[in-house]
Amino acid sequence: MKKRLLSLGLCAAMTASLFVGCGSNGSNGGGDNVETSGELTWRLGGIGPTTGGAAQYGQGVMNAIQIAVDEINEAGGINGYQISFNFQDDEADAQKSVNAYNTLKDWGMQILEGTVTSGACAAVSAETYNDRIFQITPSASSTSVTEGHDNTFQICFSDPNQGTVSADYIAENGLGTKIGIIYDSSDPYSSGVYQNFATEAANVGLEIVATEAFTADNKTDFSTQLQKCKDAKADLLFLPFYYTEGSIVLTQANQMGYAPTMFGVDGFDGLLGVENFDVKLAEGVYLLTPFAADAEDEATQNFVSKYEEQFGGTPNQFAADAYDGVYIIKEALEAANLTPEASNEEICDALISAIQEVNYNGLTGEGMTWNELGEVSKSPKAVIIQDGGYVSVQ
Amino acid sequence: MKNLNKTTQKLITTIAVIAVLYAIMQTMQSTGNLSSLMSGLLVPVCAYSLVAVGLNLCVGYLGELSLGHAGFMCVGAFTSAFFSKAFQESIPDVPRFILALVIGTCAAALFGFLIAIPVLRLSGDYLAIVTLAFGEIIKNVINVLYIGKDSSGLHFSMKDMMSLGMEPGGKILVNGPQGITGTPRQSTFTIAVILLILALVVAHNFVNSRTGRAVKAIRDNQIAAETVGLPITKYKLIAFTISAAIAGVGGVIYAHNINSLTATTNNFGYNMSIMILVYVVLGGIGNFSGSVIAAVVLTMLPEMLRGLSNYRMLIYSIVLIVLMLFNWAPGILKFREEHGITSKGILDRFKKHKEVQ
Amino acid sequence: MGFLTYLINGLSLGSVYAIIALGYTMVYGIAKMLNFAHGDVIMVGAYLVFMCMSNTGAPAVVSIVISIVCCTALGMLIEKIAYKPLRRATNLAVLITAIGVSYFLQNMALLIFGSNPVSFTSVITWQGISLAGGQLKITGTAIITIITCLIIMVGLMWFVKNTKPGQAMRAVSEDKDAAVLMGINVNATISLTFAIGSGLAAIAGALLCSSYPSLTPYTGSMPGIKAFTAAVFGGIGSIPGALIGGLLLGIIEILAKAYISSQLADAIVFAVLIIVLLVKPTGILGKQIKEKV
Repeated sequence: MKKRLLSLGLCAAMTASLFVGCGSNGSNGGGDNVETSGELTWRLGGIGPTTGGAAQYGQGVMNAIQIAVDEINEAGGINGYQISFNFQDDEADAQKSVNAYNTLKDWGMQILEGTVTSGACAAVSAETYNDRIFQITPSASSTSVTEGHDNTFQICFSDPNQGTVSADYIAENGLGTKIGIIYDSSDPYSSGVYQNFATEAANVGLEIVATEAFTADNKTDFSTQLQKCKDAKADLLFLPFYYTEGSIVLTQANQMGYAPTMFGVDGFDGLLGVENFDVKLAEGVYLLTPFAADAEDEATQNFVSKYEEQFGGTPNQFAADAYDGVYIIKEALEAANLTPEASNEEICDALISAIQEVNYNGLTGEGMTWNELGEVSKSPKAVIIQDGGYVSVQ
Repeated sequence: MKNLNKTTQKLITTIAVIAVLYAIMQTMQSTGNLSSLMSGLLVPVCAYSLVAVGLNLCVGYLGELSLGHAGFMCVGAFTSAFFSKAFQESIPDVPRFILALVIGTCAAALFGFLIAIPVLRLSGDYLAIVTLAFGEIIKNVINVLYIGKDSSGLHFSMKDMMSLGMEPGGKILVNGPQGITGTPRQSTFTIAVILLILALVVAHNFVNSRTGRAVKAIRDNQIAAETVGLPITKYKLIAFTISAAIAGVGGVIYAHNINSLTATTNNFGYNMSIMILVYVVLGGIGNFSGSVIAAVVLTMLPEMLRGLSNYRMLIYSIVLIVLMLFNWAPGILKFREEHGITSKGILDRFKKHKEVQ
Repeated sequence: MGFLTYLINGLSLGSVYAIIALGYTMVYGIAKMLNFAHGDVIMVGAYLVFMCMSNTGAPAVVSIVISIVCCTALGMLIEKIAYKPLRRATNLAVLITAIGVSYFLQNMALLIFGSNPVSFTSVITWQGISLAGGQLKITGTAIITIITCLIIMVGLMWFVKNTKPGQAMRAVSEDKDAAVLMGINVNATISLTFAIGSGLAAIAGALLCSSYPSLTPYTGSMPGIKAFTAAVFGGIGSIPGALIGGLLLGIIEILAKAYISSQLADAIVFAVLIIVLLVKPTGILGKQIKEKV
């Protein structure tokens, strides 16, 4: 009995030490991107998946924020203060995202740029709303992220926006008469865009001949979905999902000898950056993107070359949105004339009104403004892939 | 304490330890010494512990490997969150949460019962795969489930939001893969701890009751148990249903602690089922307090490793392998015994399990 | 014509499942453990083929051979470090360690290869055949996958039946203790099983990514779970069972998507699995479990 008590006691002690250890650990946060100097800095937090199936999106965001932060710090910081940046992994899971958020809170985060995925972002935005921490998400496009949360803003287009614009664009330009849709029914982003597209398609008189779904557990083989669209004689495929699956769809359609007009949304951006991908397959694909890695302007080229140099690989639109996000925060902070001494609540309230005054020209759009709902004004633009590059068609 | 049997003493000790920890946590929280991360983790840790206790009942006492307990957690979470969301305006907070808890638990128990009827005819790894299959089916169905509410009542669809045929101004309650957003946050640490202790007591009483002894007899030798006239199916059903119900309670707690409830592979799919199994095996098969400790430690671990940034999950996996070898490898156990790096509890567990084998 | 196309797609998908399932089933038959890390060895194999082909420009066959050798070594190493010490412990302990190994491989790959998907160049360049005036198109990848799967299956059955190491495997699978008494080196036999299983994983990886060309560190996990299901479907431990299970799973999955609902395809596949197991509790070709009295 004594020994058993001892062992239980030991276990309890171990558990308790875990708690305590964790408590003290939390305060200095993690990541090698944290500045440990004692001087007063802006504390910018970031959350996104850097491990797990969505890691490529989270890592792009993390790297891009790092580039922007380094640039700003080099140029003298925001209102004379340097930025400390801390990015935490959430594996694209809502609960882990809240854990990551709490870790950042312990670190003393003042502003959050994140999270990357919609489901996790909805959970975190409820927390930031209660704690009054300003949040801007580079890529969580669902309306559930901003709904009822005055402190949450989006840099990317919202789902309704994308779905509606796509349907209108296809109808106006007569790209197709019989529409086939393939979407990810287990993903909030994909099914959100699909539903808005289908609603608008009915309004503008597009005929949807096939609606096929896939799920996160079933996203290697698209031959069946393509075959059904082909059998339904769809001459345009609407593909609201990410480029990882997009590259498979294009390859398999090519193998089948099925060549309808392909129309992706912003998730398709990054397709041309997939290592070893045969860009000929993407020829003639339409997509909505605010960002093109091979754009000629100086800002884009600077960003892309820095990204390639530091992290390797071509940055995708997630990265570009995240890069813009840091500068948008900078503009808003400068407009509100804040210093890091202000409390989180002061910063949050000041930024909420300041960001609605901001008019920002970035990599992902000209003259971006925000309304009180947290949505960005930029409207999705369709581009077409020609000769391995994006060509604007509007 | 002398006249209590060993397992009861252990239960009392466990509850005492939990109570002490609870008191420490509460004091730290109220004095502001607890980090946000820790206070954020308190409720989820209890939820995972609950599911682990439920699964341990199934693995340790029924002797059947279930890879679908995240599915029961999912049922508990979604039914209770749905109820809370649907009656958010019409029922006051406290009775609504109690009702949600009852509904979530009963729904999980019902699913456990329905699944157990066909499943318990199988055994071993075949049973494991069928429970895994059920868990995946539950997750898949929830991902295509759309429920809306307007003045004419509830609307269901298994396709998409448009086919709900809602009036304008209607409220979407369950939105497919977006799941349930805006569940009222009512799971407090106090409620979670009370439910955890309750589950431990229920589990303990069950395994030491007449029924529980029968279940153990079936586990150890089904044919012998059958020969002495035990109704095998009935006892197995009872044990499995209780196990699912406890997992359902975990789900209710989990759902009422998070704003956005979605069913993904990581939180309600096979990944989570496997993670819960890890808690059970690492904590000791048949050892409820062990499950709780393992759930706490393994939930904390990846959070504590955040300082390692990119190497976090890599180190976590190595720690997991090393812990397993340290706790289970016969060679290492012998070494530990010879060099006194042992605790009687671990050895007891090991011996007990060898006998089972 | 639609039905035939679906059937061929299903066979092709099923063949990949079958090759992966062979790895599961052999390890299960001999070591009585569920090697959850198998799916991730497939991912490693696919990455190795990809690296060889794109970095050194080696021809596909050479790359696959290199990948097979490396995966075989990896499989034996994993067995030696993570599974062998647990040989006499409960099966569940090994199962959990296997999960640990699976996480380890995924995260190692994430660090080495990065998270961005790579587009895998098909190891099969043959375009395939066109039947019925172009209405029915069968890709070269599908044909080669199906043929490879059959060859591997027949080869393995011959190996297990007619060679000394193969017979040793069967003996160990029947009764480990009796096998020791017969002078069989059980450890070596188990090692050999892991070696063969992991070598097959390399082939499976190359074929999987040739058909579905997006490769990430998590590519192996879902096909791994599906193949495990297939192995149980066919009767785990049985080599022809893995083939039948894999093919059936592939066909059911494709037909469910085509004719019932693409949203609920996963649920349908698993529901069929449950029904089959209720009718035949040890899978289609599984051995009846003898009840001991």
